[in-house]
Amino acid sequence: MSREVAIRVENLSKLYRLGQITTGTLTHDFKRWAAKIQGKEDPFMKVGEENDRTKKGGSDYTWVLKDINFEINKGDTLGIIGKNGAGKSTLLKILSRVTAPTKGEIKIKGRIASLLEVGTGFHPDLSGRENIYMNGAILGMTRHEITRKFDEIVDFAGIEKYVSTPVKRYSSGMYVRLAFAVAAFLEPEILIVDEVLAVGDAEFQRKCMGRLKDVSVNDGRTVIFVSHNMTAMQSLCNSTIMLERGQIKMTGDTNTVINHYLNTYVSTTSTKVWDEHESSGNDYARLRSVKVLDNDGVAILNSFIEEGVNVETTYECLEEGTKLYVTLVVKNQKDDHIFTTSSIAEEEWSMNPHPVGRYKTICKVPGNLLNDITYKITVFLVRNSSDIVYTAEDIIIIEKTDPGNNRRGLYGKWGGLVRPILDWRTIKLDN
Amino acid sequence: MVDKTVPAGKEKWDIHIVASRRNLELNVGEIWRYRDLLMLFVKKDIITVYKQTILGPLWFVLQPIFSTLVFSVIFGQLAGFSSNGVPPYAFYLISVTMWSYFSDTLNITSKTFTDNSSIFGKVYFPRLIMPLSKIFSGLAKFFIQFCLFLVFWAYYVFIKHSITPNVYILFTPIILLVIITMALAFGVLITSMTTKYRDLTFLVAFGLQLMMYATPVAYSISDTKVAKWKHLLWYNPLTSLFEGFKYGFFGKGEFNVPWMLYSTGFTIIMLMIGVYTFNKVEKRFIDTV
Repeated sequence: MSREVAIRVENLSKLYRLGQITTGTLTHDFKRWAAKIQGKEDPFMKVGEENDRTKKGGSDYTWVLKDINFEINKGDTLGIIGKNGAGKSTLLKILSRVTAPTKGEIKIKGRIASLLEVGTGFHPDLSGRENIYMNGAILGMTRHEITRKFDEIVDFAGIEKYVSTPVKRYSSGMYVRLAFAVAAFLEPEILIVDEVLAVGDAEFQRKCMGRLKDVSVNDGRTVIFVSHNMTAMQSLCNSTIMLERGQIKMTGDTNTVINHYLNTYVSTTSTKVWDEHESSGNDYARLRSVKVLDNDGVAILNSFIEEGVNVETTYECLEEGTKLYVTLVVKNQKDDHIFTTSSIAEEEWSMNPHPVGRYKTICKVPGNLLNDITYKITVFLVRNSSDIVYTAEDIIIIEKTDPGNNRRGLYGKWGGLVRPILDWRTIKLDN
Repeated sequence: MVDKTVPAGKEKWDIHIVASRRNLELNVGEIWRYRDLLMLFVKKDIITVYKQTILGPLWFVLQPIFSTLVFSVIFGQLAGFSSNGVPPYAFYLISVTMWSYFSDTLNITSKTFTDNSSIFGKVYFPRLIMPLSKIFSGLAKFFIQFCLFLVFWAYYVFIKHSITPNVYILFTPIILLVIITMALAFGVLITSMTTKYRDLTFLVAFGLQLMMYATPVAYSISDTKVAKWKHLLWYNPLTSLFEGFKYGFFGKGEFNVPWMLYSTGFTIIMLMIGVYTFNKVEKRFIDTV
């Protein structure tokens, strides 16, 4: 039995004008109008080219989405992945009717609502209760439907005590929980979730994931999910679409698509040097380089798990007496945050006033700590204990491999984000 | 509700997103479905406008009183306009109330897209809900001020016997409706045009100020001082409305039916142009704003 289709997207395309929309808009409008009354095609639609941000196109117009076709069945959860600028947000905007497509059409069964970015449509002076009604109404629900779900929303958000308090007095966590709860407990037939899980603490994220699963599996509603977090994607979506430069590159089973995505985009880089013209800081300080080196000081992309590596960061203090330190955030390819380490552990310079000049700080990552996977490192240069001078996101990508030395003949995948060798001791109890 | 059954061969869709739609249709059904949202927006505006003020809603009443005092000094005493035999306070109070409603509504609706771009950029609801809610929240303020006027007016009618209203007072709701519609029509037209070309925003505040002088707000059209300009003033679609309104309440002035029909026709045409442009712009404005 074929299942009911909830959304059908046909030949969807969207053209954007690049650059400033001021000069020349009037002349373009006029040319377009002239072509229209002569019954010709829009002169600017022909020139649009495929969206590649790295190359400078010959035209001012570009197709951010081109000939997108797909279908979602009722009750399915569809994931959408792609690099920044691949057209994910535009696709969601068209689906949620915030903007219209240039060509093509979408047919939808049921109401569609998107999980709003935190705080959208929240009025700080109104109470939690009033904001629940307000947000629900913005999402297209009637007063009656909201009343029916009100208790569940308040309960999920855990704000029973504060329903009558203006939301400006809420903690940011309460704010986020409330925003999520309103969308997740109201009853649109189709729910769009865009990267909201990036906020909130771990426990809340788990709760949200549980709720989203519930929404699609038990309530039979359709969910469209966009995230950079591949783990969340894998656990939630039955099928996934990979977008690249506004076109569908691949569609199918989530695991297959994610593997393809990771193989396509993630390559290793162990060195980054900023030259004088590149912006890598502010008036106080700037990053100069980040390198991953082995014990002999040679830059390495790949090393064995039992070998240690040194992450060497050089920075320059530009203003006398600035207090500086460096923080490294280590993630895997799926964007799971594995650990954070910081030079505040170092006593001589870290967080102390730096005279103007160049500095080098080395973080020794010991062997037998990392697993045989790929790691991404984000480097922060921080001033005065909390002001971020510069963030070099995912600047380093290194790979570890397992030569099989410590396995004693055991084979198979050794799971986990880290693989420390810990202190094990076995003794025989009976004599 | 969603139709769960799928007829063979022909599927029923609830939402159909296409590149272009007819622009002149006013989707009343959709606005009606979102009526709860409209009410909540109105409520929010009223509740939040005087939050954290000491006098609170008292400002609704203080504003017209101060303006009336200033008007009677500047226009009545200094410029020497006559209030046409009507007690000046009653005359200026109603003028000020009406004018501030018109100009406030036009002003705020003409910023619909720019003021709400962040929420419009994230979620869909019929965009016309926004300007409509401003009309209603403005109306709440208008009614409070209008009641204040009625108190003054009743005093002059029943105690001082210095005003004799007439039967044209019954036209008040219709005249009011035309004024509201005109403010909305101009507002949505201007906001639609400013998404791409911002120049118009500068013109609105300035234009409204000039417009006030061309409307019988601080004077009456039968005043001998404006006789020279009278034939021109009628072309201002607000003139016959402001005059007719005062005629009903004060029994003084002019109730000019042909010019009123002109104003009504003008308003309807403006509304059509306004809604047409608004519909055209609302679908893509987020790309250009």
